[in-house]
Amino acid sequence: MYRYDEFDAEFVRQRVAQFRDQVARRLTGELTEDEFKPLRLMNGVYLQLHAYMLRIAIPYGTLNSRQMRKLAHIARTYDRGTGHFTTRQNLQFNWPKLADIPDILGELASVEMHAIQTSGNCIRNVTADHFAGATAEEVADPRPYAEIIRQWSSLHPEFSFLPRKFKVAVTAASRDRAAIRVHDIGLELKRLANGGLGFAVFVGGGQGRTPIIAKCIRDELPEADLLSYLEAVLRIYNLHGRRDNKFKARIKILVHEIGAAGFSAQVEEEWRRIRDSALRLPEDEIGRIRAYFAPPAFEHRPSKASLRPPERNFERWVTRNTHTHKQPGYAIVTISLKPIGGIPGDASAEQMDAIADLAQQYSFDEVRVSHEQNLVLPHVRIEDLRRVYARLQAVGLGEANAGLVTDIIACPGLDYCALANARSIPIAQRISARLAARQDAIGDLKIKISGCINACGHHHVGHIGILGVEKRGEEHYQLLLGGSGAEDAALATIAGPGFGPDGIVDAVAKVVDTYLLLRASASETFLAAYGRLGPAPFKEALYATT
Amino acid sequence: MRPLDCSQAREVTTDDRNAAGVLASATAGTEGSARAANGSDLGPVPAAGVEGPALPLHRQGARDPAGTVWHAGAFRSDPWAGATAGEPLPDRPVIVSRQRWLAERALLVDRQAPLGLRLEAGERVDDLASDLARFSLIALAFPTFADGRAFSTARLLRDKYAYRGELRAVGNVLSDLVPFMRRVGFDSLEVTHGPTRRALSEGRIAEVALCYQPGARNEPHWVRRRRLAGTSS
Repeated sequence: MYRYDEFDAEFVRQRVAQFRDQVARRLTGELTEDEFKPLRLMNGVYLQLHAYMLRIAIPYGTLNSRQMRKLAHIARTYDRGTGHFTTRQNLQFNWPKLADIPDILGELASVEMHAIQTSGNCIRNVTADHFAGATAEEVADPRPYAEIIRQWSSLHPEFSFLPRKFKVAVTAASRDRAAIRVHDIGLELKRLANGGLGFAVFVGGGQGRTPIIAKCIRDELPEADLLSYLEAVLRIYNLHGRRDNKFKARIKILVHEIGAAGFSAQVEEEWRRIRDSALRLPEDEIGRIRAYFAPPAFEHRPSKASLRPPERNFERWVTRNTHTHKQPGYAIVTISLKPIGGIPGDASAEQMDAIADLAQQYSFDEVRVSHEQNLVLPHVRIEDLRRVYARLQAVGLGEANAGLVTDIIACPGLDYCALANARSIPIAQRISARLAARQDAIGDLKIKISGCINACGHHHVGHIGILGVEKRGEEHYQLLLGGSGAEDAALATIAGPGFGPDGIVDAVAKVVDTYLLLRASASETFLAAYGRLGPAPFKEALYATT
Repeated sequence: MRPLDCSQAREVTTDDRNAAGVLASATAGTEGSARAANGSDLGPVPAAGVEGPALPLHRQGARDPAGTVWHAGAFRSDPWAGATAGEPLPDRPVIVSRQRWLAERALLVDRQAPLGLRLEAGERVDDLASDLARFSLIALAFPTFADGRAFSTARLLRDKYAYRGELRAVGNVLSDLVPFMRRVGFDSLEVTHGPTRRALSEGRIAEVALCYQPGARNEPHWVRRRRLAGTSS
């Protein structure tokens, strides 16, 4: 994985010193909250309902054990012993004191981490396929490009005060685990017609109150042109994106208003002008970054796990929580942060330490954070799976539910968030508890819950989506069906009138019952069945008066 | 060992502009000039604020601690006047709006006294491309802290239209924007915000001096990194 050289280390050190100065000026009152706000946001500091919240960048979701232990240490020392992994592969601490934050950032810098641009109207932390470098499905590891983008976008002098936040996601597999079609820019690394590597460029996707699936504006972008093309897109957006209305300020609205073709034409004109500038990536620079992501020293190992003594729970876990690795004899392990009835994405300091130990011992020192709020050990020998499973079980992380109905994405919601209209976490907990006993029979089904229209819980692309709203002072929940954030990206549609906090749990159960009743076979997933049946039978089950 | 810093690029811009026929000021950017002269890329973290660009002496205001314009390491009186709508232009350096330029272009092109142009955030420059050389100064407005359009306009002026005159930031010029303003090519700032004025005067602009983007020298960070690695061995 990427390691800071002197340049990167000094950059982060100076950034911490700069923020320490800004915090000091805020605490003395020299800076007003209005003036301080954009500065703290660019360092990942939000003012939430009860406290400041610090969001730490985990670039493209890749961590080593030392970094994970540092996060555990910060949780213990500066927070209440818990960290929260988010849908953008970041980690949030919900209870830091403002005066401590410069020290926390200093601790992070000591393990090559930062909180730069995890919030604010700038280019946010770049995300990537959480199976990158491990899955056999990719044409190449996409993380070197994500790292190149991370560097280019860090404190970009021109693009730090954009109309609105800007999110970039990268994948290298046609099976899209990075949700690139619901990002401001989505990049799919691919083999070009000329045999070289390059990208299909998707622009203008997003969720929020105006969900839009991104348009492909360039099918083949040579890898050397990555930064010049991104710079052209960002320049057109910075100049022409709307600033009169915060809710119309994302690039998706600009692309929508002038049309993908019109937007693409402007980008192409600017790109032609700057294509041969200093932004053109030389082969040796791509190679230099790629070398950091060289595959670990895999061994030739047996490709079957011993199932003796037979143990049903272990078998279930292997079935659900491991994926095929590109290297025979190894597996990709998903660590579920969704214990039944638990808080999606939360990990205690003790759990983080245990995961760091496992990564160090069994996964070439690597951990990944997935946008589905789980963690991943990307390179585990199949013969070690049983030991890894036992250790995970011992710290309460052995749930065999990856991709199942209890593997729910939920935003922090009204329990923490100043923007939320309704709670998300308790709904997730109750649905999880309600459906847990039947989850294996139900099969693949993604439930995603947002506590407000900003859609941090990705409800628009849930197979079942739930949106919390406020209705006459009460928490109220809309039910959406049939969305997907993957390569078959689709926006879920509202099923009908919403429900109260109790009713929404019953409603989800009814949708699931209907699916189980009507599916063609056990191998027809919920999403496939919904596609075949349409919304009618589900609406009938939800709203028919008997 | 000292890190590489972005301000080096501005020094070279200065050189470029000298080559383009703009006289360098003997007082401009003393620290930066020293660094440029020794030919090293490993300079110290730059002094706060806008590095000394090569504005002609007669167009720099006199040093004046109460002056509104920060330029070449000091506050200075402003040699420029703003145009008042509906009134004739005074016979001295004056800054006109885009609207006034377009309306009175035929009269203004023959004017002897220096002319400046003020662009509000979001105002176009592409249709003024052939006029830009006429302006000794272009002022770009930052209407709010969060409105970053002028950063892109500045880049276009410097890179696309090769504008070599004075580029001035006006409006919400706050200390935390100053490093970004310097890096996209501004060489003077109109500063009214008290704490920012103090920070500039006292050299207290907290800045990240390293950058991952090509500076005005058009040199990407991987080239600077390589040089850094070479000198540390």
